[in-house]
Amino acid sequence: MNNSKNGAAPWLFEITPKNKFFSLNLTEVWQYRDLLLLFVKRDIVTVYKQTVLGPLWYFIQPLFTSIIFTIIFNTVAGIATGSVPPFLFNLASITVWNYFSSCLLATSDTFKANAGLFGKVYFPRIIMPLSIVLSNLIKFGLQLLIFIAFYIYFIVSGESLSPNFTLLFFPVLVVLMGLLGLGLGMIISSMVTKYRDLTYLVTFGIQLLMYISAVNYPLALIQEKMPDYSWIIDYNPMAYVIEISRYMLLNTGSFSVCSFLYVGVVTVAVFFIGLLIFNKTEKTFIDTV
Amino acid sequence: MKDIILKAENISKQYRLGQVGTGTISHDLNRWWHKLRGKEDPYLKIGDTNDRSTKGESDYVWALQDINFEVERGEVIGIIGKNGAGKSTLLKILSKVAAPTTGSIKSRGRIASLLEVGTGFHPELTGRENIFLNGAILGMTKKEIAAKLDEIIDFSGCERYIDTPVKRYSSGMTVRLAFAVAAFLEPEILIIDEVLAVGDAEFQKKALGKMQDISRQGGRTVLFVSHNMAAVKSLCTRGIVLEHGKVVFEGGVEKALAFYQKSSEDISNYFIENSQKEIYVKSAEILSDSNNFNSEQSISFKFEVGKNIVFKKNKYLLIRVMDNLEQALFSCEIELNYNKNIYTLDIPSKVLVKGFYKLNCIIYHPAVVQHDVINDCCSFAVTDNVKEFAHLETFDIGKVYIPHNWQ
Repeated sequence: MNNSKNGAAPWLFEITPKNKFFSLNLTEVWQYRDLLLLFVKRDIVTVYKQTVLGPLWYFIQPLFTSIIFTIIFNTVAGIATGSVPPFLFNLASITVWNYFSSCLLATSDTFKANAGLFGKVYFPRIIMPLSIVLSNLIKFGLQLLIFIAFYIYFIVSGESLSPNFTLLFFPVLVVLMGLLGLGLGMIISSMVTKYRDLTYLVTFGIQLLMYISAVNYPLALIQEKMPDYSWIIDYNPMAYVIEISRYMLLNTGSFSVCSFLYVGVVTVAVFFIGLLIFNKTEKTFIDTV
Repeated sequence: MKDIILKAENISKQYRLGQVGTGTISHDLNRWWHKLRGKEDPYLKIGDTNDRSTKGESDYVWALQDINFEVERGEVIGIIGKNGAGKSTLLKILSKVAAPTTGSIKSRGRIASLLEVGTGFHPELTGRENIFLNGAILGMTKKEIAAKLDEIIDFSGCERYIDTPVKRYSSGMTVRLAFAVAAFLEPEILIIDEVLAVGDAEFQKKALGKMQDISRQGGRTVLFVSHNMAAVKSLCTRGIVLEHGKVVFEGGVEKALAFYQKSSEDISNYFIENSQKEIYVKSAEILSDSNNFNSEQSISFKFEVGKNIVFKKNKYLLIRVMDNLEQALFSCEIELNYNKNIYTLDIPSKVLVKGFYKLNCIIYHPAVVQHDVINDCCSFAVTDNVKEFAHLETFDIGKVYIPHNWQ
């Protein structure tokens, strides 16, 4: 009798061998929102502690990369960037590309890098990659500031520059880019737990990916010079992201609703596949990592 | 009426032995192929016990097998067992860090686990920032932590360093701070693994006291794993003994400890044929047919000393009598004579109270070298108390009788 009465009190939760096919526990993530913010804060604050230049490093890296790219690709190799100053062209591409690549690189290491933490305490694992994407978003915001500063400098010094009205959609593009990096990162991080080879693949793969993502050249150029192989770039959503953001910020290159939609569809698909795999892995990875 | 807060049903956990990464793709494919045809997983072989010292047939072992238990609200349960018995695996499953291979756990309360102190501490952050970060990792909200911040800092005793990066802390201070955060967690169920083995004696005492408060006044349910039998005894109300991944005993903590002691101590007599050591204990044995003694019997031991060097003096044989909580009760010592190999020791009757005991043997040269150390040999039991204490069956009367006079 007691038992039946007792059974009336519902179990708060149940720990079972496997997650349900798709259970994104949003309420649980919400409960841990403070942790998410603290992780973001930790990532931002601790990166350049005990350095002389501190947060200035956030600016130095894209700045110098842009200078080098301008010298090599524009001055030496002679890639034309139209009416836009090559330096600004490169700075825009680098800033946007950096956001994607740092999201992908950091999230793809989630399980391996945090195995110690994950092995000792439970919290929704998705918090970790989410915090990475958010802290990178803040870094991206800071780097965008330096871009704006140079933008104004070039206008003052007489260049005719103007953003496009589609700039209004730039935040959407940024979100898509973050989700794409997160989705890919989650897929890779889940597989890294078993097959370590992927870590090595990612670190140099991302460099190769940069060259087929239209970071250093306008999209039209590759279609004109290598029509046979341009499909590699045509299928790459990141090439569109870079091209579109340059269009929005600098009014250069091409833009079509079609390419924007393509990016959106690919991102959503990759993100959900990533969630699915991540979700499946988070319970068992600790035994294989 | 029983108020069950946590229920484990048929929990099993399988691990793969050897190197993961050799042939795992082929195993994965094979497993997937079996699954596709609706067959059983070819690598899940039921029946292999997890014994680390023997060679099993399968590459997979069961770290836990068919664990069933229920925990009532407010109980403090000690989980004991030898290394590799599956204690930590069980705690990992309970705290949702690892998933069981089969079975399920049902809970009516929030679980917080403390498998390690200072999980997620970041060396570059200050003590205060780490309190927030660590608290959040353990499941507290920012608000909860802020409300208890002063208490936490006070308990840790690190007030002066609280705005200094943790990497500048001594290891003891880090641990104090970390334990302080955990001590102020307020989940319905708290899972603790061996964390008391940290800090200095004063802090250990403080931590133990805090744990007692948590369980007694807070009415919190606690699951506690430790090799510190004294801590288990003083904290827990019930005990679960694990052996080779199975529950072999469940019941009152005293009985559980006694059961564990019995099962783990078949280490009776010690014997070694040869040794490279300069001077060593060749054998140690109890001079009796049985390991059980009553309080009226004296207990005799025989030790044989082997030697590979010549010596004159200053070599001692030290025998420590240990209780089942790994605490030394008293010691007996004799200086070795080069021409004598066999030594016998008598412990007179009416010295030890009822309980389980064992010996440590140490041969040493004072302040120079320990020639040989034998931990845990000659275990024996004293089965009853002397007559005048017979009525104090369950009362703690200490460990030894001392001859004394009343006026």
